[in-house]
Amino acid sequence: MELVLALAIGVLTACGVWLILRPRTFQVIMGLVLLSYGVNLFIFAMGRLVTDRPPILDARPLEAAQYADPVPQALVLTAIVISFATTALFLVLLMAARGLTGTDHVDGKEPDS
Amino acid sequence: MIALLQHMLIVPILAPLLVGAMQLFLGERRGARIVCSLASVLVQAAAALTLLYMTTDAMPDIWTEGVGVYTIGSWPAPFGIVLVVDRLSALMLLLTSLVALASLVYSLAYWDRVAPAFHSLFQFLLMGLNGAFLTGDLFNLFVFFEVLLASSYGLLLHGSGVGRVKASLHYVTVNLLASFLFLIGVAMIYGMTGTLNMADLAGRIMLLAPHDRALFESGAAILGVAFLIKAGAWPLNFWLPTTYVAASSPIGAVFSLLTKVGVYAVLRVGTVLAAGNAETSFIDLGLFYGGAATVAYAVVGMLASRQLGRIISYCVVTSTGLLFMALGLRIDALTGPVILYLVSSVLATSAFFMVNGLAQRTRTHRIREAADVAPLPDITYAGFDITPQDPLSPKDEVGIAIPAAMAFLGLAFICCALLVAGLPPLSGFIAKFALLSTAVGHSADAGIGWHAWGLCAALITTGVATMIALTRGGLRLFWTSQGRTTPRLRIIEAGPAAFLILLSMALTAGIAPVMTYLNSAARSLHSPDVYIRVVNGTREGAP
Repeated sequence: MELVLALAIGVLTACGVWLILRPRTFQVIMGLVLLSYGVNLFIFAMGRLVTDRPPILDARPLEAAQYADPVPQALVLTAIVISFATTALFLVLLMAARGLTGTDHVDGKEPDS
Repeated sequence: MIALLQHMLIVPILAPLLVGAMQLFLGERRGARIVCSLASVLVQAAAALTLLYMTTDAMPDIWTEGVGVYTIGSWPAPFGIVLVVDRLSALMLLLTSLVALASLVYSLAYWDRVAPAFHSLFQFLLMGLNGAFLTGDLFNLFVFFEVLLASSYGLLLHGSGVGRVKASLHYVTVNLLASFLFLIGVAMIYGMTGTLNMADLAGRIMLLAPHDRALFESGAAILGVAFLIKAGAWPLNFWLPTTYVAASSPIGAVFSLLTKVGVYAVLRVGTVLAAGNAETSFIDLGLFYGGAATVAYAVVGMLASRQLGRIISYCVVTSTGLLFMALGLRIDALTGPVILYLVSSVLATSAFFMVNGLAQRTRTHRIREAADVAPLPDITYAGFDITPQDPLSPKDEVGIAIPAAMAFLGLAFICCALLVAGLPPLSGFIAKFALLSTAVGHSADAGIGWHAWGLCAALITTGVATMIALTRGGLRLFWTSQGRTTPRLRIIEAGPAAFLILLSMALTAGIAPVMTYLNSAARSLHSPDVYIRVVNGTREGAP
């Protein structure tokens, strides 16, 4: 499981980094989205990988080893909300830039013109 | 009374949050919006002053040793979220509210009419700033950074137009990336130590197993990179000048504070980490070299720019670089002068952005043309349920003009130039002189050697370069008269710029008590065990 998750985070982040270095705004936004997925999974993994353990108290004995760490789950929720909102804003910006400059290049003009 | 005063800590966050949210429902009642905004900023200034007074140990029965803690919901420290105020954060709160007051009043002349959500966004920006200065928890630092960044995206776009949209595209991308780095750093620190509370963290670093330690330090390093991006350190700052030039002038004035939040974060987290173990702190010689590169980049950029706005933006970068150079020397006695220079440069660059906005008025009589505002799409008006209208009636265009506008502009320009270049007699000189004399005096005792001389050289070189760049800018602005007109300046535009300049004059006049306070702020930064003890003490004191 560790290997699969590590590979997933690695692939997402690598694709994200490659995409944000591309010249088109749509590629940049896809890169940002992939990066945020990678980062969110990473935060989640920092609570250690365990299965079948609840994050909140239930009928099990009161022992820390019986429970998953709830804090990274709370953190990841916050991070998801924030990255969702900023991505939405970026989308608006992207369309405004396309409308105002007539090109989807990140610098607002084609490199050869 | 004492119970009330203890709640004073949450006021700088609550006031802008409530007012900002309420203003969304005020529709087209601009007068009510203005009253709410001004009241909120004044309340924040009052709260900041009270906190400043309380951290001088004037009321020993509330807080001792200049550190106050507020446990939200009475949850004790490592489990709940705490707000902590010490002398440095109280000072930053006061600085924020003063700059905010000036730029808010300035914006009332024209800018707040351009788009509907200006006042709300402005309040949320203040909430993010105040929260970032007050929080005692790494993840909340992230949240407040996001609050202030999200509103800064909106405010940067305020006024619309091609230039602003293009600059925002870069600004948003870079800051989103910085936020991801921030999150990765925080997650790694949490993964290794199991805590996000800064005071608790300091105690746990020592307990780390050696193989965890490398991961923890990489986490701290990634966090440090995120702070450096926010602060605008080279090579992570190419977005900064374009962005600050594109922003409207009152917003540029507030933005000059935003980079200093990065410096504050480096100082705060760095000193707390240093309490755990000196090796993990990111305040060391690396910061000095980073600062030196930033200064070099800014000096070259400044000398190459023609536009006054760009020169001022490079002044902001220069001051960040100098601050990092001074911090990187790791001389504890330098921290007091560092904070003084920070305050002085924020006041100076804020005032300068306003003066720049007014000086653009010499190109054309009409405020709107000088401001370079593009109309909003109709869908925006539909979304906010208001009718589009010309933001300025002919009456507003004239307003109450101040006499001798050109004289005022020239004088304000000279004062700002003296302040940012660090020439006598204003506070910029005192701050730079304090940095110089402390660095040299200290190196005479301890033999710090060429690093301290490097700082001295940088201080003097930036002064000369700033003076050259600004002289050229000023000549072009005031003495080449083709096509220039004498602008009409309104009192509420000229007043705030004058207010900030007068503040830095007051800083010069009352330098003795200010320096005492700053040095005690620096001392408490460098002995973070008081901070740690007070925050961890909430566990015993909890009901």
